[in-house]
Order: sequence, then C-alpha cells, then structure tokens
Amino acid sequence: MSTNFDPRANYELTKQQAGYVERKKATQEDYDRIGFMSGLEVHQQIKTKEKLFCHCPAGQFNKFEDYDAELIRHMRPTLSELGEYDGTALMEFKTKKEIVYRIKNGTACTYDIDDTPPFPINREALHNAIIIALRSNLNIVGEVHITRKQYLDGSIPTGFQRTAIVGVEGLLKLPKKDIRLIQLSIEEDACREISDIGHRRIYQTDRLGVPLIETVTYPDCKNPDELRETCEYIRFLGRSTGLVRTGMGAGRQDVNVSCTGGTRIELKGVQHAKWIPELSHNECFRQWSLVQLQERLNREVGKEGWKVEVADVSFPTDYLPILDNKAKGGALKLVKLPKFRGVLSHFTQPGKIFADEIADRLKVIACLERPNMLHDEMLEPVLTHSQWHKLAKRVHATDEDALILVWGPQNDMPTAIETIEERCLMAFDGVPKETRKAVCNGITIFERVLPGADRMYPDTDSAPIPLDPAFIKALRAEMPTEIIDRYYKLKEWNVPEDCFRYIFAKNWYPAMAETVEKLSVDGRTVGRFVGMRLKHLLGKNAASKFNGETLYKLFAFLKEQGLDSRLAWNMAPALVEDATMPMEQVLDKIGFKRYAKDDLLTKLDNLCAGFAPKKKSCTDLDRQNWIMGQMKEAMGNIEMKELANNIK
Amino acid sequence: MAEDFFQGYWGASLEVLKKYNCRVWSQAECQTTGGLFKGTILPRAAFQDDQHIVMKVNTGYNIGVDISTITGMVETDYKKANYHIPEKEFPYTEGLPHVKLLGTGGTIASRLDYRTGAVIPAFSPGELYGAVPELADICNLDTEKVFAVFSENMSPKEYIALAKKIGEEIQNGIDGIVIGHGTDTLAHTAAALTFMCQNLPVPIVLVGSQRSSDRPSSDAALNLMHAMTAAGHGDVAEVMVCMFGPTSDEYGFLHRGTRVRKMHSSYRSTFRTIGDTPVATVDRKRGVVPIKEVYNHRRNDRDVKIIPTFDDRVAILYYYPGMKPDVLDALVDNGYQGIVWDGTGLGHVNRGMFDAIQRATDKGVHQYMTVQTIWGYAHMFVYDTGRDLMDRGIIPAGNMLAETAYIKLGWAEEHHAHTREQRNHPERALQRLSRLSGWCT
Repeated sequence: MSTNFDPRANYELTKQQAGYVERKKATQEDYDRIGFMSGLEVHQQIKTKEKLFCHCPAGQFNKFEDYDAELIRHMRPTLSELGEYDGTALMEFKTKKEIVYRIKNGTACTYDIDDTPPFPINREALHNAIIIALRSNLNIVGEVHITRKQYLDGSIPTGFQRTAIVGVEGLLKLPKKDIRLIQLSIEEDACREISDIGHRRIYQTDRLGVPLIETVTYPDCKNPDELRETCEYIRFLGRSTGLVRTGMGAGRQDVNVSCTGGTRIELKGVQHAKWIPELSHNECFRQWSLVQLQERLNREVGKEGWKVEVADVSFPTDYLPILDNKAKGGALKLVKLPKFRGVLSHFTQPGKIFADEIADRLKVIACLERPNMLHDEMLEPVLTHSQWHKLAKRVHATDEDALILVWGPQNDMPTAIETIEERCLMAFDGVPKETRKAVCNGITIFERVLPGADRMYPDTDSAPIPLDPAFIKALRAEMPTEIIDRYYKLKEWNVPEDCFRYIFAKNWYPAMAETVEKLSVDGRTVGRFVGMRLKHLLGKNAASKFNGETLYKLFAFLKEQGLDSRLAWNMAPALVEDATMPMEQVLDKIGFKRYAKDDLLTKLDNLCAGFAPKKKSCTDLDRQNWIMGQMKEAMGNIEMKELANNIK
Repeated sequence: MAEDFFQGYWGASLEVLKKYNCRVWSQAECQTTGGLFKGTILPRAAFQDDQHIVMKVNTGYNIGVDISTITGMVETDYKKANYHIPEKEFPYTEGLPHVKLLGTGGTIASRLDYRTGAVIPAFSPGELYGAVPELADICNLDTEKVFAVFSENMSPKEYIALAKKIGEEIQNGIDGIVIGHGTDTLAHTAAALTFMCQNLPVPIVLVGSQRSSDRPSSDAALNLMHAMTAAGHGDVAEVMVCMFGPTSDEYGFLHRGTRVRKMHSSYRSTFRTIGDTPVATVDRKRGVVPIKEVYNHRRNDRDVKIIPTFDDRVAILYYYPGMKPDVLDALVDNGYQGIVWDGTGLGHVNRGMFDAIQRATDKGVHQYMTVQTIWGYAHMFVYDTGRDLMDRGIIPAGNMLAETAYIKLGWAEEHHAHTREQRNHPERALQRLSRLSGWCT
C-alpha cells in the first residue's frame, strides 16, 4: 500500500467529482444533470378471504417460532419460454442455498409447499384487480394468462410466482403531471423471510399466496418527490376502492432508478412511501459515481486481460473474524486487483465505497457472512500499513495495485474469488444490473442480479381465463368518482393538504362526501375533523369502531339539533371510545349544556359591559380573548365566530 | 411440409391472423376497442378456444386479446423463438461407473410444447449435463430413448422391449441401468421388470418426477442424481423405484419393484413400500444405505435371465357393493385367462358373484384375491364367504398388491410358470412365488 495514499481523501474527492449533493439541497438542475429517471412497481394486497390459488385464509399471520413442520428445498434454474436461462437464476444456483420453509396448519396447505397443483384462481381477487385496473385507465386484456415468474431465492416454494396481467398501458393524471402505466398484474405474495445465514435461508409460509396487485409505471418521474407523489397516488387509488388491505406489510413498492449512462436498478420492498425520495436520490448518485469510475478505469486501466491474482496467506493478526475463521478450518486468501489503486475507496453512497459493493456480493453470492473481507483502502483501517506492505510482497503488488483479504469456508472460496473478479470487471462496464434493498439512512445494499423477461413462462397447470367484454363494459360503467376528482373536491372544500393523505389512505372520502353533500355541512370542517381530529384519536385507538357511518350520524345529529358542527371536535373522543353511544349521552358525557341564543347574547353583552382590564396595556384583542374565554360553554350552541362578531 | 405460421390457431382467431397477415412469433401491434396491445404473437394450445390471440408483452407476461374487440393488427417484426437446452459434452471420468439411462417418456429437463401447453423432455447426455451438471460427478452416462410415451400409455409391449434392452445392456457390461418413466404407472413397470429380469447382477433403477422439471423446485434433478448413485454405486442389484423419501429435498428411498405403490396424486413423496420397509435409502453424501439385511447383491458376472413374456388377457376386478356377475361373465366370454380380484376386507365379494366365479373357474380362468385395504393380507379362512370363494377356485394372494398380482399373472400366464400346481395347492404356489423378489412379505 502506498504510504501517500489516503483513502478518506480519495472518498471525498470522488464524492465531489460525482457532484454529490444532499437531498435537501438538491434542485431539479442537479437531477437533470445526472439524468434522474425513475418508475415504480407498487404492490398492494387485495382484500379477500382466501389466498389466490388455494383455500387457505388470507391475512392471517403466525409468529416466526409458531410452526408445525419444516420443509427443505433447493432451487435449480430452468429454461424460460424463449429457451434461455435467466441471469438471476444462475446466480442463485451458484449460491447453493438450502431453503427451509416453516409451515403452520391453518395458514398453509400442500399447494403452498408445491405438493399440489393450483386450485382455480380466486374470482373475488380477480374481480377486484379488474376494478382497480379500470380505475387506473388500463386496457383490460381479453384473456388472463397465468404466467410463472421465476424466483430462485426461495421466497416461493415452487421456485416461481404465479402472476397474470389484467391490464396494460394506462395513465394516471396526477395534479402536476401525467404518469404512464405499463401494466397491472395480479399475483401471489411471497413468503416472509425469517433469516438468511450462510447457506441456509428460512421462510415463513403464512403470507405466501395472498393475492396482490402490482401496478407498474413507466420511468416518467424526474425527481424523488414526483416519485413519492406517484407512489402515494397509486396507493390512494387502491385504497379509495376499499378493495385492498391496509396496515403493516400489506403494501410495498419496488423503485426503479437510473441515471444517464447507468442502468435500471430495482430497489426492492420499500415499505413506506416516505423512504422513497432519499433512497432514489442516493441510488441515482451511486450510479452516477459508478459511471465516473467506469470512465476512469477504461481511461487508466483497461478491461482487456484484466484479472485478479490470488494467494493463500497466513499471518499473525489479532483480528477476531480472521482468527475465528482459522479456528473453523476456513481459508484466507489474498487477492490482488492490478492497477486498482483508488478504486476500492471510490465513493458510492454516503459513507459507502466501491469495496462495499464487493463485500455485499460476497455475502449474497458466496454466502460469506460479514465481515468477510479487509482491503487496503478502508476508511477505518483494521490492518496497519506495514502489515499490508508485507502482504503486498506475497503477490508482488506495487503501489498501483489494490489488495483484498477474504476468508470463509474452503468450499466457498472459488465462488468468492469469482465474485470479486466479476464485480471488478463489471466496473469497467459501468453499473451492473441488480436489485438492491434498503437498509437504513437511505442506503441500499446488493440483493440479487436483476432478472429479465427470460424468467417468465406460461403456467402449464392452469388454463387461460377469458374475460367477457360485456362484463368489463358493465364494470366500467359503474366506476365511481375518479380519485383525481376526489383530490380536486377536497381542494374545493378548502381542506388543508396535510389532511389528504390520511383521508385517502384510510378511505374516508366516501363517508365525507355523503356527509358534506347530503347534510350541507361545511367540507373544510368535516375534512379537518377527519384529517386531524380522527387521525389523532384513531391513531391511538386502532380497535375503535368509529367508521364512516358514525361520522355521518354525528354530523346528522348536530344538524338536526341545530348545533354547531364544530361540536363534533369535542364529541369525538367519546365516540372513538364507543361508537354505539347515543349522541345525547355523548353530549352529557362531555358536559354540554344547551343555551338559547338570546341568553348567550345577553350574557355576552353583560360581559362586555363589565370588562375591567387589570393592566393598562390591554388591547382590543386581549379583551375579545378574555370575553370569548368566559363564553367557552356556548361552544356548540352557536358559531363562535358569530359570537365574536357580537362583541361590542 | 410448409411452415405453420399460425401454430395452434383455428376457426375465427385464425381468420383474424390471416386477415391482418400477422404470423406467430411476429412482433405485432393490436388495436382493439379496449386500447392498444403490443407484443409477440405466441402459438396457441390447440385445445383452447378460437376467440383469443395470445401475445407476450415486452415485460415477459402473456395475455390473450379478445378477437371480437380487434379493430386492426400490424406485424412490425418477426423473430422465431429458438428453443434449446444448453448442451455441453458429458465429461468422461476414468474410474466412475458406467450407467445407461433408458428413456420411456418421463421428463428430466424440459421445454414447453405449445400444442398441449405441456413440457418436452431434454434427454441426450449433453442436454442432461447442461441441466444437471452434478451427474458428471456420479457416473459416466450414456442414454437411449427406447420410446416416448406417457406413463399411462405404457403396456406389456413396452415392458417386453425394456426387459430385452436391459438384457442387452447387461451383456454389454453396463454397471447399472436407470429408467426414466412417468410416475403414474411406474410401479406397474417396476413389477413387470422384476418378473421379466431375474438373477440381476446390477441395479435397475426406475425414476420419475412428481413436479415437472420445468420448475425450479422440481424433484426431477435430485431423483435423477439419487437414481444414478443407486445404479452406479449401490450394492442392491434388484429392480427398484427411486423417488423422494420425505417431501423435503433430503434423501430418496429405493423401493422394491413389486411392493411399491403411488399413494398420492401430487406429493413428491408419493411412492411408498407397502407392508414392508424400502430396501434402502440413497442420498448424495452417503450413497446407498441398505435398510433390509437380505437383498440381491451386485455381482460381476453377466448371468441375467430375461423372460420377456406377457399375456394381456388378464384383468383386475375392483369389487364394489352391488356388483353384478355379468361384469365377470363378460371378461370370461371375451377370453380372459386370469382375473385379479380386489376384494373388501380380508378378501371378499358378494354372494351374487359366486356362480359367475364358479363358471369362470370351470372355463379355466385363474382367479386370485387381493385386498382393497392395500395394507394387510387376504385371510380367506376367517369368514364363510372367504371359504366359499376359495371353494369356487379363487386363490388368496397374501398381501400382494393388486397391481403386482395383475402383472405377475399376465407374465406367468404366458410363461407357463404357474402350473396346475397352483390350482391344486394354492398355499404351495404362493410359497413358491413368494421367493421371488419379495412381492409377498
């Protein structure tokens, strides 16, 4: 290792060369400069009683330790319909994973573990998917073909997901721009991963087979905020139908991001829309930085004939992972990366460098648990200069070369070396196609090689399902208000925008519209009541039975009694606690007293007349506030604004 | 033959494709009243309706377009899919046993057949090596497609051809034989080969798969590896069925050909030895581990005895309450020589059949009794009915499986192995037959 080389300085320099800016400070110009391009695949579970291809219950979950049996499978790549092996498939095969499924009677059956062919598709799920597809302005297919999408990671025991397109080529009209849709498909959800250590990955099968819809957009989003807005719109759209599940795990999205000169990278399984901006921002800059690296490598090194050199080494160290590996009889290899000085510490993500790309792949492909390698450009060095210097001699490394020390079980070493060399060679070609998963702070790590269309082939166990055009036409005719219309309606009612998300997410709109339109109640009052008051109260009491019907009854009661609709604010806690409580009783509970309007005005007059300020500096506003404070009990009997106007 | 550009399409959908001059495998844009669909036109399974055109859209998914909604179609490109299973030369390794894989139509690795929507097997050593490279660590492989039939279409003609083939291969010095076979009648074939191939010096292992090999979780590859291990390295020189032990990807069982039965329509672990234990387990780490102490050991000689005969004028009658005697009469009148009864409980049928049974015996038809309970013995001395049936010529077949008894009878009828002795001394006959391959326990 060159004594003059400073990895941290190199990290900062390459970060600067990539023009990295924090997301908060990033402008549209920054995104245009690096060619931010992004689209989404939004998954939402459809609300059904049963799973998609069997009669097991949907939406029932077990604790990870609660299972009746375990089952082992190994996945092996097969040919696609067009006669090709899929890239991911081959990678997964290389990893030689043993997949263990935990099965609980009651939430999984022989279909789930691929010991029985599928039962006919759940019609309720298909029907609901068609409705959502129609709302997304998609062209509905004439015949639904169940297709198998290969997944060799083991997340589905068959090794493929049964999925089918319901509609293609749609358009979402967001307030600021239109987002085109590629397709909407119906598919079965995968297992939940319990653990993935070494060569053994464990899954729980309860979620497996639950019907999902996947809405896929074109890469029309040009900045992270548009992406989040699109994601929320699609989720709101689904929720506005009342046909999808809500809650933890019921929805997640894959975010596709690329930059100029980069490639489509899929960020998998993002649980919350609010994480999207940071993740997509960092991913785009990661790619941009890899493009810089690509240019540098091709300019200064050259891919032709580049290969690693490997040597078995053993040297005195007190670094625990290496000692531990030695105790287990593992191998320790020194890998020379010719002319790679400055590459390993090249900036990729905040706090991450190119070497992390290699370490991530070693974990996934070669099954080496981290820490699995050391290198001579670590931001926080473990070995000393002199130790690296001694090691360098073993492989005749010069100052231009970079070194990696990798360790693990003997059997995994060939794959490990291959993985290191493969990732380095990929750097000459720019950004390798892969799927990545979010860890924390907007950082992502390598998950798998990005699968292509090659992994799709027809499901030979099921026949195509024709959709009668007349049936689709009838469904289209009874389409309720478009979500975008709802959006504009809330605007028209002057409901604060920060209430929108809750209203759409929990599908309060239909009940609100009924309340506002039938009872002629002020829309803003109802909007604020739901988006602020109910959000707060129901957030603390998830079991509450307060629903759309309660909302309507509450405002209907106030109107009928000639009471101010803002009294609802005070009545809400009692109703959230017990939605069946008669309204009169609620009034008693909150200590509401009825007053005639004239009595109130008389009292007001008396207060005005008797007002005697204690301080000299008392303003008119102070006076009004004091008087209104004294009139608190009038709340509900009369509009407080009207009362204030009567202060003389 | 002219190339078929409209593979699988017929009637109205064929007319639409011809009208717009769009071929299968072409890239096409299809304008409909419900919007535009773009993709590759795929062949259609011939058994499906003529109202839809199948397209693969760019994301790899397939969809069907309703022809009644089509307002226009245009072909933009044409690229025929080229199916191939990656083929690599199967490496020869000095010191590894020579195994011959005989194909009958089962699938090991496969691709799709658009006509049926089903899968087409890969079979050459190169194709198999491409799909299951681990095989090269087990043995040196040679393959031969003896015939290509679905399991349910296997018949005595195929049993005979297979037995002769086995004889030839053994004479040629092979170390073990694996037979790829559909699972439905795998047990029948295994029983037939047990009777036809006697005094075996090497293992004959029948193998199939319960989950088609076009899926990543298929049991085909592991079953094949187990079968190759048993055939190439195992010491048990018998006709055996090698399939999953548990439903997990762990180890295989080696079942005796005469005692094995398919017990579930779709489980991987469907094959079970009935009324006994399997001969051995097999896995890739430990190889063949015998469970039974007594079995036929591998030998170096080539003294196999092939008796490839079968009289197909035999049948199984599954008794059900209310069965009428004319069912039996019809078989007898049609010249059937042997009947295997699958009776209730300890081996019974109703009194209404008695006369017909007597008539059959008088006409020289050999009748045996097996039990519907699958597990357990025909004990025909326990009740009067049993004694009455024996009196009318039915011979209890112990705990022989009905399918095995049927195969045995067909083979023996032709071979004249069973003589008058059987009718006169059923116990002795049974005893003699039991010596063979454990088909009675």
